[in-house]
Amino acid sequence: MQLEQQLRDRTKEKDILLMTHIVLGYPSFDANREVIRQMVENGVDCIEMQIPFSEPMADGPVIVKANQDSLAKGTKVEDCLAFGTEMADTYDIPFLYMTYYNIIFKYGEEAFLKRAAESGIQGFIIPDLPPEMGKSFLTLAEKYQVSPILIFTPTSTDARMSELAGYGQGFIYCVARRGVTGKKSEFGQDFNDYLSRCREATSLPLAVGFGIQDREDIEALKGKADIAVIGSRTIRLVEEKGPQAVGPFIAGLR
Amino acid sequence: MNQDKNGFFGKWGGAYIPEVLYQTFQELKEEYARCRQDPAFWEEYLSLMSTYSCRPTPLTHAENLSDYFGGAQIYIKREDLNHTGAHKANNVMGQGLLVKRMGKKRVIAETGAGQHGVATATMAAKFGLECTIYMGEEDVMRQRPNVFWMEKLGATVVTVKDGSRTLKDAINEAFRDWVTNVDDTHYVFGTACGPAPFPEMVSWFQSIIGIEAAEQIMRYYGKMPTKVYACVGGGSNAMGIFKRFLGEKDVELIGVEAGGHGADSGAHAIRLSTPDASPGVAQGYKTMFLQDDDGQMKQTHSVAAGLDYVGVSPILTDLWENKQVRFESATDSEVMEALDLTMKKEGIIPALESAHAFAGAYREVGKLSPDEAIIINQSGRGDKDIFTIAHAFEDPSWKEFIIGRGKGYSSK
Repeated sequence: MQLEQQLRDRTKEKDILLMTHIVLGYPSFDANREVIRQMVENGVDCIEMQIPFSEPMADGPVIVKANQDSLAKGTKVEDCLAFGTEMADTYDIPFLYMTYYNIIFKYGEEAFLKRAAESGIQGFIIPDLPPEMGKSFLTLAEKYQVSPILIFTPTSTDARMSELAGYGQGFIYCVARRGVTGKKSEFGQDFNDYLSRCREATSLPLAVGFGIQDREDIEALKGKADIAVIGSRTIRLVEEKGPQAVGPFIAGLR
Repeated sequence: MNQDKNGFFGKWGGAYIPEVLYQTFQELKEEYARCRQDPAFWEEYLSLMSTYSCRPTPLTHAENLSDYFGGAQIYIKREDLNHTGAHKANNVMGQGLLVKRMGKKRVIAETGAGQHGVATATMAAKFGLECTIYMGEEDVMRQRPNVFWMEKLGATVVTVKDGSRTLKDAINEAFRDWVTNVDDTHYVFGTACGPAPFPEMVSWFQSIIGIEAAEQIMRYYGKMPTKVYACVGGGSNAMGIFKRFLGEKDVELIGVEAGGHGADSGAHAIRLSTPDASPGVAQGYKTMFLQDDDGQMKQTHSVAAGLDYVGVSPILTDLWENKQVRFESATDSEVMEALDLTMKKEGIIPALESAHAFAGAYREVGKLSPDEAIIINQSGRGDKDIFTIAHAFEDPSWKEFIIGRGKGYSSK
C-alpha cells in the first residue's frame, strides 16, 4: 500500500513516472552509486535494483552480460543488500529489488523479506515466480509490508490478468511485448488494445517496460500508462559513455 | 510417479516460469492430459517408433562380460540402436506427435552432447517443422560432428556463448527464444527436468524403455533383475528404464552420476550421491543444484557432455529422498576403463554418458550371485564421441590422421 501511495502522490505532479533499472555490481558498486545519484537528481521516480543471478532466463543480452560480469567480479548477495540499504537510506524515492527466485529461496524467504523491509525496500519483481509457485512468498510479503509486483504480458488472457491483479501490490508491471529485455518495442494499435485490457483488469498503477528507449517512446505512453520503465538502455549508455551520461539522458526523456 | 496439480513430486519440481509462457503451458498441459487419456495416441507412438526407429530395441545378454566378472548375468538394454543413436528419439518423436496435435510450426531445443539436437532436427525434418537448436560453445567444440548433422538435417544451430557455455546456458537461451516466439513455437525439452509438465511428460515417453526391458528379461531370463543401472545427467534415460521397475520390490535401481575428476575435485556433476548440491530453483523447476551459498550455479565437469549439468530431474530427486533409487558416481577415468572393457569383451560401443552406467555396474556385479541378473541401460552409442574418445585414449594413429587432414584442408 505504501508503494502504491507514494507512486500515486508522484503521479499528481507528472504526466508519467519514470522507473529505471540497474544491475548491482555492474560495472561496479561505485558506478551504481553515481548512476543512481544522477537518476534521482534528474527526476527518476522509482528504481529497480537487480541482484545478479547466474541464470537470468528472462533477460536479453545486455542484462545477461551485466549479470555475468558483476558475478565474475565477485558480487555477493550480501554486498547487494548492503548497497540497497544504503540507497534506501540516502534517497527519498522507492527502491525495489528485482531478482530471480533462487536468490531469495537460497537466502531464506522470510530472512530475505525481513531484511529488505528493514532496509526500506518497497517491493520485489521476480520474473520466474508466478503466484502459483509463490504462495509462501506472497504471505510473507504481506507480513513484512513489501509489495510483490506482478507481471502482465500480451499473452495474458483477461481471466489471468484479473487473477494476477488479485495478488499484486504497488503497481503492475506490463511487459510491452513477447521476448526478453532490451529489444525495441512497437506501440501500435495492438499495444493500445493490450494496455486497455491491463487497465480493465486492475486499479493498480500500470508500469510499462521492455524496449522503452527514448523520449518518443515515453511520449507514446503518456495517458495510457502511469510509469515508463527504462531498463537495458541506461546500462548500455553507461557502457558506452560512462555514468555521467545518465543524468542528461534522463533529463531529456520527459 | 505422477505430479500433483502444481507439478510437484514431493517437494521437487513445479513450474517457475515467466508469465509470458503461462498461457502456452496451459495449452501444453491440456494437450498432454488429452494424450495421456487417449489410448490411440500411445498406439500411434508405438507404431511410429517401430517403423521409423528400431523399437523394441534389443536386450543383449553380455555373456563374455558376465563370465569375466563371474557374478550376476549382465543384460544390456540397447537404446543405442534407436534411430539417431540414443534414447533421445523416444522423447522427441513423442513430443513431435504432440506438436502436430497442437498445430505449432516451429520447434526449438537445447542440446548438450548433441544427441537431443540431432534427434529433434530429425523429427523436425520428418514432420516438416522449422527447427532451431541451442548448444553451448564448449559442447559445440566437444561434439562438432553432431553440429554437422543437425545442420545437414536442416536445423539452424545457435552457439551459446553465455555463462559456462554448456547445457544450462543452452537451456536459458532456448527459453529466451520461446518467450519471444511462443505463439508458433514448441520447446522440445530434452530431459526429465524443467518446468512441469516436462519432467513427467518426458519420463512418460521414455518409459517405453523399461516396459520393453521388463518383458524381455522375463522372456530371456525368466525372472526380474535384482539391479538396474542407468547414467544420470538430466535423468531421462534413467527415468525411462526405472519407471517400470519402481513397483518391483526386489529390484534395486541405481543411478550413476558424472564423477568427473572425482567427488573431491570440485570438477564433477554429482548432484545426489555427494553432499555438494543443495535445494534450489532454476531453469523453471526446483531440485538439487550444484550452486554456491548465494544460489549462483557452479561450473560442472564431465568427460560426457550429456551429463555435465547443474540440476537433475525433480522426479529422481524425490526418489532419492525416499530412498527408492540409490545414487553413485563414476569418474572420467573409470568411465574410460569401462568403455574399453565393453568394446573388447562384447563388441559394443557405449556413449561416454552410458559408459557411466557400465562403470557403476562393473564395480558391483562381481559380488552378486550367478543366479541373479542385472540390466544396464545403454542410453546411446559411442561412435558419435569418436573425437572425444580418441582424444581421451590419446590414440596416436588417430592424432596422425587428424593432423594429416588438417594439413590437407589448410593447404587448399
